[in-house]
Amino acid sequence: MTRAITPHDLDGVPEISRLATGERGGLPGVQSEADAPPSPDELRDDQVDGAELTARLAKTWGTDRGLVGTLSTVDHKIIGRRYIVTAILFLFLGGLSAVVMRMQLAVPENRLVGPDLYNQLFTMHGTTMMFLFGVPIGEAFAVYLVPLMVGTRNIAFPRLNAYSYYVYLFGGLMIWVAFMLNIGPDVGWFAYVPLSGPEFSPGKRADFWAQMITFTEVSGIAVAISIIVTVFKLRAPGMTLDRIPLFVWAELINSFVIIFALPAVVTASATLMMDRLVGTHFFNPAEGGDALLYQHLFWFFGHPEVYIIFLPATGWVSAIVVTFSRRQAFGYIALVLSLIATGFLSFGLWVHHMFTTGLPQLGASFFTASSMLIAIPNGIQIFCWIATLWDGRPVFRAPLLFILGFFFIFVAGGLSGIMLASVPLDTQVHDTFFVVAHFHYVLIGGNVFPLIAAVYYWFPKFTGRMMSERLGKWHFWLAFIGFNVTFFPMHITGLMGMPRRVYTYLPEMGWANLNLLSSAGAVLFFGSFVLFLYNIVSSARRGPLAGPNPWNAGTLEWASASPPMPQNFDRIPVVTNREPLWAHRGSLPVVAGLSVENREQIVSTITHGRADLRESTPEPSIWPFMAAIATTILFVGSMFTPWALVWGSIPLAVTLMGWFWPKPSTEDER
Amino acid sequence: MRRIGPFLVLALLPLGGCQGWQSALDAHGPAAGALARMFWIFVAVLATVWVLTMIALVLALRRRRAPDADPLATDPGTERRMTVTISIAIALTLVTVVSLTGLSYAAQKVLFAHKDGGLSLLVKGQQWWWQVTYEDAQPNRVFTTANEIHIPVGEPVLIKLESSDVIHSFWVPSLTGKMDAITGRQNQIQIQADRPGVYRGQCAEYCGLQHAHMGLLVVAESKEDFERWREQQISSAIPPTDDERQRGMEIFMSKPCVMCHQIRGTDAGGKVAPDLTHVGSRRTIGAGTLETTRGNIAAWIVDPHGVKPGVNMPTIQLDPDEVQPLATYLEGLK
Amino acid sequence: MRTVLILSLAAVVLAACEREDRDYRSNPVTAETNEKIALVPLSAGPGGPTEQRSGLGKDYEENAYHISQGQRLYTWFNCNGCHANGGGDSGPALMDDRWIYGGQIENIVQTIREGRPNGMPSFRGKIPDDQIWQIAAYIRSMGRNVPKPAAPSRKDDMSPGPAEQRRPPGEVIDGGQIPPSAQMPQ
Repeated sequence: MTRAITPHDLDGVPEISRLATGERGGLPGVQSEADAPPSPDELRDDQVDGAELTARLAKTWGTDRGLVGTLSTVDHKIIGRRYIVTAILFLFLGGLSAVVMRMQLAVPENRLVGPDLYNQLFTMHGTTMMFLFGVPIGEAFAVYLVPLMVGTRNIAFPRLNAYSYYVYLFGGLMIWVAFMLNIGPDVGWFAYVPLSGPEFSPGKRADFWAQMITFTEVSGIAVAISIIVTVFKLRAPGMTLDRIPLFVWAELINSFVIIFALPAVVTASATLMMDRLVGTHFFNPAEGGDALLYQHLFWFFGHPEVYIIFLPATGWVSAIVVTFSRRQAFGYIALVLSLIATGFLSFGLWVHHMFTTGLPQLGASFFTASSMLIAIPNGIQIFCWIATLWDGRPVFRAPLLFILGFFFIFVAGGLSGIMLASVPLDTQVHDTFFVVAHFHYVLIGGNVFPLIAAVYYWFPKFTGRMMSERLGKWHFWLAFIGFNVTFFPMHITGLMGMPRRVYTYLPEMGWANLNLLSSAGAVLFFGSFVLFLYNIVSSARRGPLAGPNPWNAGTLEWASASPPMPQNFDRIPVVTNREPLWAHRGSLPVVAGLSVENREQIVSTITHGRADLRESTPEPSIWPFMAAIATTILFVGSMFTPWALVWGSIPLAVTLMGWFWPKPSTEDER
Repeated sequence: MRRIGPFLVLALLPLGGCQGWQSALDAHGPAAGALARMFWIFVAVLATVWVLTMIALVLALRRRRAPDADPLATDPGTERRMTVTISIAIALTLVTVVSLTGLSYAAQKVLFAHKDGGLSLLVKGQQWWWQVTYEDAQPNRVFTTANEIHIPVGEPVLIKLESSDVIHSFWVPSLTGKMDAITGRQNQIQIQADRPGVYRGQCAEYCGLQHAHMGLLVVAESKEDFERWREQQISSAIPPTDDERQRGMEIFMSKPCVMCHQIRGTDAGGKVAPDLTHVGSRRTIGAGTLETTRGNIAAWIVDPHGVKPGVNMPTIQLDPDEVQPLATYLEGLK
Repeated sequence: MRTVLILSLAAVVLAACEREDRDYRSNPVTAETNEKIALVPLSAGPGGPTEQRSGLGKDYEENAYHISQGQRLYTWFNCNGCHANGGGDSGPALMDDRWIYGGQIENIVQTIREGRPNGMPSFRGKIPDDQIWQIAAYIRSMGRNVPKPAAPSRKDDMSPGPAEQRRPPGEVIDGGQIPPSAQMPQ
């Protein structure tokens, strides 16, 4: 894999060779740590080679066996794998609740589930899909893939990353256990006050919903911070801003949107809990509060949320389109800029969820304009992908099939979104099954189809084995037909006047046939996921071995072994092109000079990706797990008494002290 | 794309599906008509965009270049042509989007321009029914009914929307778009029907357990019919004339019914449930759930939670021989 | 160890279910629960008066849904006309620990059902039995004699004071057959 670096390869990244050779360099007059002479008693990766290097690094970066080792791990691949598996598990749970709902709606005045259970079901479905699947799945892939794609050995703040996973897991478990105990929230996934407020939601159901938000948002923001820092500071030498893979760009923008959007919903859910628990009056009109304030807060998060779900998917689409077109992305700069534009615009559309609340008309129409405007950056992306396919040599494998399904479905969903952006049309279709159809076209088309493609695509990297292509094609057609049969008729039922969130409907409304069709489609669609699950399980056991780069892709994650070793790369690659593996077939230039005995990483500069520092990253620790438990105790306790914030902070403080307890590291000793 | 057949069939379904008494595309008022027309314009434009995009995709997939070329090699001529094509496509998208925004804004101006005069109603959303108050300058001509609104054909009717508990949304698709009834606020919406008919509406904002059974009817009728109806609604309930109804009334007055329901002209003065003064003249009971027949009234009284689980109407303990007179009495309250 | 774990989990499950269960449909067979409440310790013969309590009380006063329904009915049936928000007006206060006719839920149910001298009307036949239980459960919550997680929080209204849920737990009105206040009618 390694070869000598010739000056020609390193145009624009002249400092790399110095790191490898130990020569002094860097910016004139600036003392860079990368320039410090290596300590003679510490083994560095230019002193060993081959299998010995791999084994020594694997020992340094590895995770201990046993329960404590498992819970202490800070390896981004292990945490990322857990994240992905957990999020997909929640996808199945959310899907199951949807199937029960479809069974209930199959015939009019059905008595399969009563209104109480149905209301809990659709709340759990929406909540699970949005907060426990939609947001985490994008971040989960980022946790696994971003460090590999930017060519580093671990994610930034690996302990924070581990902590965020456990917080997410406990939050998700909490709400599902609550649901099993018949304390599941029944107020809809956006839990409008006053229905979710203290007077109309007795008991603890709405509190579980609100607190689940806190859990997922704490974890979501923590991961977003890790990803941003990883992308900004841990890129391999030579990965300038315009060489960052599109997937990484998408995750970066996504992380920024998360950091700015999630605080709004935490504010909404926290004030809701305060209204419910300590009797504040944020949303009580009688005491000067305002029920609409909640909607503004929620949707200020809620609309960017849609893009939080969609942006990572654009990353998957970009990666897969490029690989399977056998052509580098057309319009890289345009794609990146439209991602950024989408990120900004997503904060200016929230009012289109509130067109029927009686807002001033002129103000509302501004939001019509901004909502329609977001078609432009999305259009640019779609056109650039089509252009890439046009000029490439498409290879029709399962991942690309699902991406084509994405085009078919997502474009349709995006266009029906244009109707919802229009104030007058929205007054007819708002809160009907038309909207249900629209957002399933956008979210399943825009996230789930790319996700399945991504699973087929990266499965060899995750497990070292290929998924069955034959089952994959069956899966695609079953999912594609099942999806359209389920959701296309909903456009019509909505226009025929069926509101969403009804647990049943009268026979004389004339919605029965279309609903039956939708329910039949739902069975088909769910069946496709069962097939998917079977394909995953059987391929993970018996699939053909993949090798490092089965798809002949161009980005750095395919330079590591499948599945990757704990250290990701034996030597950190040097990036001279957006698609390094295509630019340097078989012999990737690398830098050497990092410690083999310590967890050392290269910290690079933000824009030029120049190697700047050697920095050791944290060792495994059990404390993030303990801190997550302490956080869970605090959060669950504070649903019942505000004093939990006081006594609950003591164990949290203890665990945080354990977490941050200073340990002398080899770096400090020097 | 060989599988387009089923989708064509599906795409044709709406043509059959736009009929119905609660359909947004079966317009019977000027506002709903304008909205339906606008809807079809949007559909035409957007479907064209979708079809063009899909054609571009299919062409892109069918086009072949020489195999095993260098994936990083790009032909400047092709790049330039693609850039130009995409720029044109984006410009066209922008034009489409801007014109649709303009169309939307123009329609919005017309739709929400409230005409003065005419009837004004106060509609209060409650869990899970609609209280309707017909306002009038003369206090003795103000009256309250529930779940059924009568309007004269061809006149704009102003509806003031309030809520006494959670957020509801007033939506009669055949007449106009929806408007929320929000706690602590008053919203207004104007409806107008072009021809006589019965149009169904339904709460469109999730409002709890029985959100599914919170319907209402709008009955559009000629001016004379409407005035006749209004005079009849203003009047108090007709006292029972025969023995059975007399007995039914006695049962009503001795049972929990009076705690919540009002029958003007009798001792029953509860204000928390629908006014029953002329319940027999309404087409449905249980907020658009059951047709008003003697049997349905009896079933509703005996087991409201069988029809609308969780409704605020309690199960009333009645002797078997009390059900018939009570239902007869209520049905007779025309 | 495992048995303990499972048992405690089961207990949590049951407790949670009870508190959050939403039982809309009263049992149509029993029109009225059979309660026999002694208001004075006097009785013929030894052993004190016999009492009969249906044991339904827990189902109502530990259930958040029933209590919240009671809260609505309390306003709808104009209980606050005499008892205000529980502080008392022409009727006695309901949020303190002084109970003329006993403060257990069965006593309150009996009081609503039968009526009491000096102004409390009988609501037998006017309020269905399950709703009487709901109202009684809500009245119990006014003095915080119900579990905190089941007690109502503030209403969407002008607030007259801290919500039931935030009041300090009331004095236990334990199972004594004769409420202390009944010995000295006021």
